[in-house]
Amino acid sequence: MSIDLNHYLHLSALLFALGFLGVLLRKNTLVVYMCLELMLIASTVALVAFSHFNGTLDGNVFVFFILTIAAAEVAVGLAIIVALFRKRHTVQLEELNHLKH
Amino acid sequence: MADLLFYIFAFVTLACAALVVVSKNPVNAAMCLLLSLVGVAGLFVLLDAALLAFVLLLVYAGAVVALFLFIIMLLDTRPGSLKPFKLTTLIASGLGFALLVVGVLSLYHRAQFPATAIPSAAPSLKAYAEQLFTTYLLPVQVVGFMLLIAMLGVIVLSKKLHTPEDVS
Repeated sequence: MSIDLNHYLHLSALLFALGFLGVLLRKNTLVVYMCLELMLIASTVALVAFSHFNGTLDGNVFVFFILTIAAAEVAVGLAIIVALFRKRHTVQLEELNHLKH
Repeated sequence: MADLLFYIFAFVTLACAALVVVSKNPVNAAMCLLLSLVGVAGLFVLLDAALLAFVLLLVYAGAVVALFLFIIMLLDTRPGSLKPFKLTTLIASGLGFALLVVGVLSLYHRAQFPATAIPSAAPSLKAYAEQLFTTYLLPVQVVGFMLLIAMLGVIVLSKKLHTPEDVS
């Protein structure tokens, strides 16, 4: 039995769900951020698989844009985390609750 | 052979992604993220997208994970600061995970996919360039401008601003 589109789509769904689980479960901002990256990567796997099995190039080109956006997002997000750490001296999400009160 | 490679890469990707979620130390999580990305790059090679695999390793392993490690060491988070998860959090996130998996899989099973793959040669570098500079010329320029804006934003964010009074 050879590998078809469904295998890749299932893998991508599982990877996305694992990233989602990490975002919900973890309290460390940096690890939450890594799990967000996992979700982005899962979407790229699905795009490349669709592109390959449909014989087009558009999905692959789209992955270029996703990678660019991800790089910019990581840079800005980590700068925000560093700025937050300067103010609050913590990266734990449960201690960053000043908007709640 | 390709089937076996698919299963190996899929296992590496998923196992390391799970380790990112559960690892106590953020440095270990970053390393597992790196391994997971290597697995994804292998899958890209299996899908005839070797250029994308190369770019993925270059951008993610070279820049993003290195940036993560740099920030982790800069922030000096206390090791062993992982408290045991609260039961409510565990149940809620487990439920969210299960719902997402069931939802996406049911979406896949209702969709109509082509039964057999359309055979196509591995896309060449020239094909990518042609697409990027004809069909997707405007998005390329917008993305370039967005990178510039992100760079400016990072510079502004990481500058020491002298405010009259700090919030804390």
